[in-house]
Amino acid sequence: MSLWVIAEQKDGKLKKVSLELLSLCKKLKEKFKEEISCVLVGYNLESFAQILGEYGADKIFLAEDEILKSYSNDAYSKAIADLVKEHNPKILLGGATAQGKDLLPLVSAKLNTGLAADCVAVDIDEGGKLICTRPMYAGKVKVTATLESFPQMASLRPNVLEVLPPDKSKKAEVIKVKPEIDQDNLRVKLIEVKKEKKGKIDLTEADVIVSGGRAMKSAENFKLLEDLAEALGEGTTVGASRAAVDAGYVPHDIQVGQTGKVVNPNLYVACGISGAIQHLAGMITSKCIVAINKDPEAPIFQKADYGIVGDLYKILPVLTGIIKKLKAQE
Amino acid sequence: MNIVVCIKQVPDTETKIQINSDGSGIVTEGIKYVVNPYDEYALEEGVRLKEKFGGEVTVISLGPERAKEAIRNCLAVGADKGIHLNDPSFEGSDSYVTAKILAKAISEIPFDIILTGKQGVDFDNSQVFAYLANFLNLPFVSVVMDLELSSDLKSVTAKREGEGGEKEMIQIPLPAIIAAQKDLNQPRYASLPGIMKAKKKEIKNLTLSDLDFSADEVGEKGSRVKVKNYSLPPERKAGQIIQGEDPTEVCEILVKLLREEAKII
Ligand SMILES: Cc1cc2nc3c(=O)[nH]c(=O)nc-3n(C[C@H](O)[C@H](O)[C@H](O)COP(=O)(O)OP(=O)(O)OC[C@H]3O[C@@H](n4cnc5c(N)ncnc54)[C@H](O)[C@@H]3O)c2cc1C
Ligand SMILES: Nc1ncnc2c1ncn2[C@@H]1O[C@H](COP(=O)(O)O)[C@@H](O)[C@H]1O
Repeated sequence: MSLWVIAEQKDGKLKKVSLELLSLCKKLKEKFKEEISCVLVGYNLESFAQILGEYGADKIFLAEDEILKSYSNDAYSKAIADLVKEHNPKILLGGATAQGKDLLPLVSAKLNTGLAADCVAVDIDEGGKLICTRPMYAGKVKVTATLESFPQMASLRPNVLEVLPPDKSKKAEVIKVKPEIDQDNLRVKLIEVKKEKKGKIDLTEADVIVSGGRAMKSAENFKLLEDLAEALGEGTTVGASRAAVDAGYVPHDIQVGQTGKVVNPNLYVACGISGAIQHLAGMITSKCIVAINKDPEAPIFQKADYGIVGDLYKILPVLTGIIKKLKAQE
Repeated sequence: MNIVVCIKQVPDTETKIQINSDGSGIVTEGIKYVVNPYDEYALEEGVRLKEKFGGEVTVISLGPERAKEAIRNCLAVGADKGIHLNDPSFEGSDSYVTAKILAKAISEIPFDIILTGKQGVDFDNSQVFAYLANFLNLPFVSVVMDLELSSDLKSVTAKREGEGGEKEMIQIPLPAIIAAQKDLNQPRYASLPGIMKAKKKEIKNLTLSDLDFSADEVGEKGSRVKVKNYSLPPERKAGQIIQGEDPTEVCEILVKLLREEAKII
């Protein structure tokens, strides 16, 4: 049957969701004794093989070519689809990251199969059928989905599954393949990447999100949230409600909600956000929600684990100070 | 320029979704339907391209009878023609089948660019544009925030939202598929004359037999993804309000709770 994971790397770093997927496969392997294969696409990938092996891959396909140095859906999907066609795995899993959401539907199209997208849980039943749990209607509904064609494909939402500890002694078989990609046939050309001044973590992959709403009143005031984020340390990033985005305080790529990002951090701190249904849709699965709002009737308090009723301008600086002090003591 | 915009009718984002008694689907009565928000950006971009370069905008939608209203709304905003893929057997189609039907209908009309939304806010699949690209053998760019046509009208440069706020500038030859993200433009509202004119514009209705499909290739039967067992996620309960007037005091309590009870910082 064989389980395949499409791993992802970016700027020399392996995505955490790739390890989450390998961990999931390790659990499934206990049940089904299936070999775990992993495919990674890019250029100069050798250094990743060790880690992928330690986290559970038995066989690692490195699809390398200079053309694949930067991502394009055209080239990456061909490299993966060709390999999958050759080996015929029954199950093919990937991460629902920014890249995964662009790439995996095209891989599935090229394989003439289906894809259960952005799943929060995946299991295999006795008959080898993939059982996928996924949210729909922005998380207002949960469904189970199965796939009627092979390979059965699913993408997993980052940050949902746990990463099991690696086995340092484990050695995987590494197979290097050179994908057949003709530069002249590539239509999608990346001409430039504009990076943010300081690299931000994508909201969908953040451990902690500090979000601000209309009450932030200006772009400058978002500094209060950035300070808190910085105090909370690595893995923390800043988000916003649509009201704050529409007012132009912050760019749309940090909007949380039904028409923004659906996020799933360990901690979500909502500051001056009322808790409209479209906002809740984007963050309701956060493991812990903290709300800071001066209106005790704000709907966000109905969903928050911890709430502070008060003025965020008084509270945030104090909170940041306390956390800074605490982290410094450690 | 021949511009095709794919639009889907979806429940309004305010709608509270309810599950039917046997968990086989959602309760559709009482739902207010709207044009998928991301498709509004696709449509606006299509209309702007027409205004700049001339040509025609065709909106195409697969959906039940009620989807005509969504098409009509798009005609009022400036689309010229509508195509409604409307057959009871299409019901329950997954992204793969939806794209297959859309591709067949689109392949029969002239087009230079196809615009879609980056995601339907009902099933949240983000797939139809990719399947469509594959069926029509076209390149695509998703999550597009800005679009510029080359002066010879043979290619476009699309600004796409990457991760962590990165912007990727991507060049692709036309014809191509562009999936719109929110920042692409500011959609206009329908004007009164627009609404009047829309009433006279043509909406072509296409059924299973018009498109030469057999019933088991489409709908749930032809689908690769089978969706069942609808349920509501567990309700989140209101937690604890930390009382106190002094910011230092309440913040200290919060931090203690986050450390010792929630164990997250
Ligand atoms: C199609 C559609 C899609 C949408 N998609 C999204 C989406 O993806 N994401 C999203 O967020 N919204 C979305 N919305 C908008 C949503 O309906 C709300 O309008 C929006 O979330 C409100 O943002 P807010 O909570 O920041 O502002 P408000 O609702 O105005 O709330 C501001 C809050 O700040 C509090 N406050 C004010 N001053 C202070 C202070 N000094 N200290 C502490 N608290 C203070 C107030 O009590 C209030 O609760 C969408 C709407 C539509 C129609
Ligand atoms: N039934 C449909 N009819 C027309 N266009 C659709 C339909 N379903 C999806 N689309 C288009 O494909 C985009 C992505 O949808 P989805 O893959 O369902 O998230 C939407 O924003 C629409 O532009």
